[in-house]
Amino acid sequence: MAEKPIIEVDSLSKCYRLGQIGMTSLRDDLERLWDRLRNRGGNQPDTRTFWALRDVSFRLNQGQVLGVVGKNGAGKSTLLKLLSRITEPTSGHAILRGRVASLLEVGTGFHHDLTGRENIFLNGATLGMTKREITRKFDEIVAFSGVEKFIDTPVKRYSSGMTVRLGFAVAAHLEPEILIVDEVLAVGDADFQRKCIGKMKDVASGGRTVLFVSHNMASIVNLCTRAIFLKGGQLVGEGTPEEIVGQYMSDTLTATSEEVFTGETPRKGSGQVRFTDARLDFSDSPAKVGYHIGDRFVLEFGLQVNSDRAGLLSLAVELATAEGLKLTNMVDRDSGFQVDSPLPGLYRFRVELPDLRLYPDRYTVGLFVGTLNGSVCYDYLPEALTFDVVEGGKVAIRHLPTSAGHVYLVPQWSYSHAK
Amino acid sequence: MNPSTDTPISDPAQPASEVVIRASDSLFHFDWRGLWRYRDLLFLLVRRDFLAKYKQTVLGPIWFVVQPLATTLIFTIVFSRIANISTDGIPAPIFYLTGLLVWNYFQTAFAGVAGSLLANAGVFGKVFFPRLIPSLATTVSAVISVVIQCVTWVAVYLMIKASHPEPDSFGITPYALFFPLLLVHAAALAMGFGLLMASVTAKYRDLSFTMGFILQAWLYLTPVIYPLSSVPERWQWLAAINPMTAVVESCRAILLGESVLTAQMFAVSLGMTVFVLLAGILLFNRVQRTFVDIL
Repeated sequence: MAEKPIIEVDSLSKCYRLGQIGMTSLRDDLERLWDRLRNRGGNQPDTRTFWALRDVSFRLNQGQVLGVVGKNGAGKSTLLKLLSRITEPTSGHAILRGRVASLLEVGTGFHHDLTGRENIFLNGATLGMTKREITRKFDEIVAFSGVEKFIDTPVKRYSSGMTVRLGFAVAAHLEPEILIVDEVLAVGDADFQRKCIGKMKDVASGGRTVLFVSHNMASIVNLCTRAIFLKGGQLVGEGTPEEIVGQYMSDTLTATSEEVFTGETPRKGSGQVRFTDARLDFSDSPAKVGYHIGDRFVLEFGLQVNSDRAGLLSLAVELATAEGLKLTNMVDRDSGFQVDSPLPGLYRFRVELPDLRLYPDRYTVGLFVGTLNGSVCYDYLPEALTFDVVEGGKVAIRHLPTSAGHVYLVPQWSYSHAK
Repeated sequence: MNPSTDTPISDPAQPASEVVIRASDSLFHFDWRGLWRYRDLLFLLVRRDFLAKYKQTVLGPIWFVVQPLATTLIFTIVFSRIANISTDGIPAPIFYLTGLLVWNYFQTAFAGVAGSLLANAGVFGKVFFPRLIPSLATTVSAVISVVIQCVTWVAVYLMIKASHPEPDSFGITPYALFFPLLLVHAAALAMGFGLLMASVTAKYRDLSFTMGFILQAWLYLTPVIYPLSSVPERWQWLAAINPMTAVVESCRAILLGESVLTAQMFAVSLGMTVFVLLAGILLFNRVQRTFVDIL
């Protein structure tokens, strides 16, 4: 038998009538009907429609892990909802050849008065398991969740972390042919996240097919074998995770690794000296779309000196997290570097950090130029560039969640026997 | 101990089932096989309903005993003693208690099914399983309280029979064995009307406030607190088109041996039940497909 794709999606579309989202009351509808009856003839159709998903088609073979990327509102959730049969498409169709389990939320339908044990059965059955399957895997589920001691305690006495762990444990043991996952990895502590990622890898390597939606580009590159890119409800890209993540990054323009600064760039300063442009060089990095830990960080920028009275300059490069937490302020003279009273003109600078030691996340680069004593700021761009540190690389030998830190330090360890 | 170990349940390693997702064009397409596949969930939901009720309330299952007795007491004082409404020569408490046996079941199941879409909206938005399952679970778990009420009924029946001056003027008939079938009849009605109501309230949330009124009016239109025999001749047809009339009257017929119900009236009720149930399933099936979109 020829291998048929396990998931076939053909011009799947979903249209929402805008007035339909949210509750309607009978009164609203009667009023609308009354309005329509009064200006008979003016029978214009309700044009306030919104295509959450339009003509999306793709195929997925067994054992592939498909990452779905896209901004909020691009149609990712709608796609998952349709494939999970939570709602019906407006047109088009999809064929899923195999048992489907979808994990759009962890612990759906937990009843707080029931014990952990009772909830495992209920939740498992809600997700489509038979009672026999749950009985068979019960011990495994409990062990995976790590709540053995509280298994006969009502779930309402659980901490939120325990509830999540129990919920994921049930879902992780579904053993479907097709698994649909929506960013459940974003929950739980670092240790549990690692467990989840491990489990997802197991599922994929066990020949099952996974459809995975995430905002975390690192997990897309890490876990997926293929990826699609949704934008405005349409499929605009399909390829390897690296290609698609690259397309997504360059498309969304949130990671601007190259920028020419204009008057519209958010900046401060008196303007005698101005940054003209800046770029980060990833060409040596295997990650291509960003850096890995341990890669050579290369920043180049242009500096336009407009005044011959600028004097001695002080240059600085700031690194901060996307949330705005400042991590470092690298000042030129700390490296023993000094620009002597430059004449007006354009200068090019190159700043290299041989071994970038930041956890996988998104970071911003800030640029500063001022007088040597810091009393006058000529130009300051707090968010000149943004870049990603992507999971993986030669240095990272374990999963590095940013919940655990941002700076990767490698001290020397030693020990002695203290009796 | 564990029933699942010896019950033949479909092999989890069943051959890959093919799921086709498309906009349903046929009104009559209904996924019966999917419903069957989730039977374990139905069972677990029934268990949950019972356990949750049992654990939540202070009185627990005692409530199932107290509630119909209290209602019977009130009916006896108000309708029999004060308003002097006939009970066809049957002692008032057992007359009301018998009617309430099926009426309470119908009321609980109807309200439960009618509220099932909104009550489970959160879960429905996150995971797929046949949307009919919670409604079925409500209908089934309501039977548990009927079983407890039956015990109460037997106790009250024996007490009244023992203290009655003419104990042979009323009495249980062999047809009482058909009582479970009567419950199925009531369950089908509750499902049918409940699903219709659930479908309508899914779109028009404000209509759910009418449930209380509907149930109250329906109680008075059904011969629970009066016998069908006391309904004037020219209003009999009105009583007959209420499908619950036949259910309540048959219940009294088989348990107390009292009724003026005709076979014709029963047939009308049966026909209506089938019709309402089918209509309910069809409309519900239509609404549930995209129900989460209008949340």
